[in-house]
Amino acid sequence: MHPGREGVQHHGRDVEPALLDGIGESYSVHFDKFDGPMDLLLHLIRKNELDICDIPIAVITRQYLDYIKLMKDLNLEVAGDFLVMAATLLQIKSRMLLPQVEPEEGEEEEADPRAELIRRLMEYQQYKEAGMVIGARALLGREVFVRTCSDPELLAAQNVEGPLEVSLFELVDAFRILLARIPAEHFHDVAAAETFSIADCINEILSLLQDRTTVQFDELVRDELTRERVIVTFLALLELCRLKMIRIFQEGHQGGIWFVPSVTQESVADSLLTSLE
Amino acid sequence: MSLSAIIECVFFTAEAPLSLDRLCELLHEFERDEIKAALNVLVQSCDERDSGIHLVEVAGGWQYRTRPGYQTYVTRHIKAKSAKFSQSALETLAIVAYRQPITRAEVEHLRGVDCGGVLKSLLEKRLVKILGKKDIPGRPLIYGTSKEFLEIFGLKDLKSLPTLKEIQALEDVPHYERQEELPLGQVGVSEGEDLPLLFEA
Repeated sequence: MHPGREGVQHHGRDVEPALLDGIGESYSVHFDKFDGPMDLLLHLIRKNELDICDIPIAVITRQYLDYIKLMKDLNLEVAGDFLVMAATLLQIKSRMLLPQVEPEEGEEEEADPRAELIRRLMEYQQYKEAGMVIGARALLGREVFVRTCSDPELLAAQNVEGPLEVSLFELVDAFRILLARIPAEHFHDVAAAETFSIADCINEILSLLQDRTTVQFDELVRDELTRERVIVTFLALLELCRLKMIRIFQEGHQGGIWFVPSVTQESVADSLLTSLE
Repeated sequence: MSLSAIIECVFFTAEAPLSLDRLCELLHEFERDEIKAALNVLVQSCDERDSGIHLVEVAGGWQYRTRPGYQTYVTRHIKAKSAKFSQSALETLAIVAYRQPITRAEVEHLRGVDCGGVLKSLLEKRLVKILGKKDIPGRPLIYGTSKEFLEIFGLKDLKSLPTLKEIQALEDVPHYERQEELPLGQVGVSEGEDLPLLFEA
């Protein structure tokens, strides 16, 4: 869907993109070079050796539209983002043709219709360069290495150090994995007579947490692995989190997710540690 | 048994970077200043020996790492992670790193394209994390960079990212008339340890 990803041909990634050069003779098109309309505009500005602060809007607009036409000729899907930019360029172009209207009192109107676009382009250029600088750093696992510890027993010992706090993303991920485990539903099921509400579920979790200090995510849905049950449980947990009544921990990456009541946080976290040991 | 030898052992067996605080906690029989001094000794000894590994400060902690430049040999027996970042991933990461906390819509406004897919893959690589929700209509999620981001990119903290001004200054060098206006000591100087790689590459 994204023209930057279509990747028509990938010859010479390091070669300067020669987008519109040589159309007709051979298609040396480097679509993968462009990450959206801003990137394309910057390329056009650089290729024409233009000053970013004083873009000849007519030239740029024509070349930009040529590019979109080329994408259509190549039967590539033109992403909406590119069309939005085309419309913006055309609007700026037409506004520049109109005589300057005296700005009304109290209304601070920008004299140059291009100003907004130029500001965005310059900002984008900054982040694009920042991205390149970041990407050129010596990366861990690529240029730089650490001593890795592959002994499972040693790794387990590391985990005892303390449970990691789980991010929302990991919680959602655990939920997704669980949903995938649910067997396909029978299509002739009629709406269940008794429904299980979030409030019921919250009460159930809280009463569980009264007897025990920790509960595992899997445990809560083990007996009754239905889509409804899992979703209600998940929502109940999110609600409990929001009310700051429980805290969520995970033992290491991909480890089980645990819940502890937040009231006696310290003592529970300690007992969790000992139970892990 | 010297303190620096003890610290060296602790680092050798540690899985993740250890902060000074954690080190002081582990070695409670020593003073914080002693530990600091011993750390300095270790850092210097690596440099003096021209060692293949060095002690560096990353993500708020200390860790022994191989020096960049030796990867050709290291990867002969260790599989290098195919840490290849697309241009869009790096751009998005840069925007999140410099502008955090930031919503997806704000990233998209800056880049002019849909960033849902890129953000999701950055989340999966644990480089970016969800910080919470913004208190505006729709309550959009706000994103920021993670500790893993600092570890992988070898940054001490977010402040050691080159400033956008510095990056722009690098670009501006050929313009002699503009160079005069730059404050001294900004061109090419950054806190990042191996930034000049950009130009060697």
